[in-house]
Amino acid sequence: MERLIEKWQDKISEVVIGAKKPITIGGETGIYFIDGEDKCPNPPCVAMEVWDMEPEAWPETLKSNFGSALKDPVEWAKLCADKFSADLICLRLASTHPDTKNASGQEAGKTLEKILKAVSVPLIVIGSSAHEKDNEVMAHCANVAKGENCLFGIATQDNYKTLTAACLSSGHSIISEAPIDINIAKQLNILICDMQFPADKIVLHHATGALGYGLEYTYSIMERTRLAGLSGDKMLSMPMINFVGQEAWRTKEAKTGPKDTGILWEVATATAYLNSGADILVMNHPKAVEQIKKAIKALARA
Amino acid sequence: MFIIGERINGMFKDVAKAIKEKDKAVIHALALKQVSCKANALDVNVGPASANPKEAMEWLVKTIQEVTDITLAIDTTRQDVMETGLSLCKAKPIINSANANEEKMKNLFPLAKKYNASIIGLTMDKAGIPKDSEGRMELAMKLVAACVEYGIDTSELYLDAVILPVNVAQPHAKEVFKTIRDSKMLADPAPKTVLGLSNVSQGSPMRYKNLINRTFLTMAIANGLDAAIMDATDKELMDSLITAELLMEKQLYCDSYLEAY
Repeated sequence: MERLIEKWQDKISEVVIGAKKPITIGGETGIYFIDGEDKCPNPPCVAMEVWDMEPEAWPETLKSNFGSALKDPVEWAKLCADKFSADLICLRLASTHPDTKNASGQEAGKTLEKILKAVSVPLIVIGSSAHEKDNEVMAHCANVAKGENCLFGIATQDNYKTLTAACLSSGHSIISEAPIDINIAKQLNILICDMQFPADKIVLHHATGALGYGLEYTYSIMERTRLAGLSGDKMLSMPMINFVGQEAWRTKEAKTGPKDTGILWEVATATAYLNSGADILVMNHPKAVEQIKKAIKALARA
Repeated sequence: MFIIGERINGMFKDVAKAIKEKDKAVIHALALKQVSCKANALDVNVGPASANPKEAMEWLVKTIQEVTDITLAIDTTRQDVMETGLSLCKAKPIINSANANEEKMKNLFPLAKKYNASIIGLTMDKAGIPKDSEGRMELAMKLVAACVEYGIDTSELYLDAVILPVNVAQPHAKEVFKTIRDSKMLADPAPKTVLGLSNVSQGSPMRYKNLINRTFLTMAIANGLDAAIMDATDKELMDSLITAELLMEKQLYCDSYLEAY
């Protein structure tokens, strides 16, 4: 019997991140991992999270993998890139939040500069989710990293203008986020593009739910987005990112369950998102990263 | 929705004059205007008054392609003019149009194969346009059969159920809607459906033409229409089209859905 292979009229845009060793994501011509439908030109990649301060809330099983590097973001980034083979580093500027250290944009910029010198893999840079503070910090950091072609986040419907302008003037890509609402996601992309920001420098985030904590909502909205993108909706034909690690390690199962539960939780969550069309998975545990990289290889080959 | 811009047609006085005087600027402007208004293809018709239609077609196609490589729908009843037009197209062309008349099918379907063209098939034959949807479906079936016979993918066929002016043939519109719905069942992949939109308002007072066109278009979209030969530069018509597609869930809603189209 003849196999029915869906022919899509459009493809997902390709976003290039990084300058020294740039990575290309996106470019899908069909649904991931369906033999014959998608050529998988750029297999999904894995970013590892690095904080600019020690993440106190992380459980010991997670912290122990990084040892003293947790206190030094540059060492931490090198560890992730060199030892754990992260494709990208996701720098979270947690110290800038007014409720933590309230570090200034200048301080954050210095950390960023050092990491950029220390590692050659591309960088994702995200703020602390405190909107006003983020605007000040990210504008400065985007300028510090000018020419490095990083991926900056996170733009939301209520707070996108400053970050968009900063990314535009410093040549970075941007993460646009709408919390499980495909219509707002599309609207936000239009608003960002209205500022003359190129659509092929946007990466989508629909918020990430961990296994057992809303994964299925994100999964189906990502799937819907991908179908719309492949069907020709230019404002939804962007690659997608998921912050898997932060969500998986926040669950009570990961924190208090038997040994290795957290790793399994992170792997299970990440695998689901791979199948829903994720292009970048931001992860925490080195073992989970190793597992998911194997899974990507196996799926992309199938 | 696949939009075929109708403006480059010798029936329009400005186009007839431009062909006669070889005034490229007029054609360039019309082509670019329609493309900027989101036309996916441009209809090219030299008009009835042309003294040398073959030469006129050649000039029109070449002139249009000086400013855009968009898909062209070669619109003529003459075989030689059709072939001249098709042979010059840079993008995959559209034949406008065949009908269920045996001789027409025998002449045009091989051309579609030869030039890898899509083909518009009118549900009419020597006897004219059937009065109901059943008659139209019979002819649609013949056109689908011709696709199979000549080795053309059925999704390359655009069935045109032929709308007649509402002022003289009022019962036809609902028969056309039914034909659009039913023709999806004729083959797998289903043939596409198209309409020459402006015909519906021919002869109606000028002040109602646009209203009739856009009301008819939204109703046709609700019945599953895939393509239309229409005036892409009519903003209200385009906005109605986009909104109808939105309501049919062909596009995802967002507050700026009109600009996002």
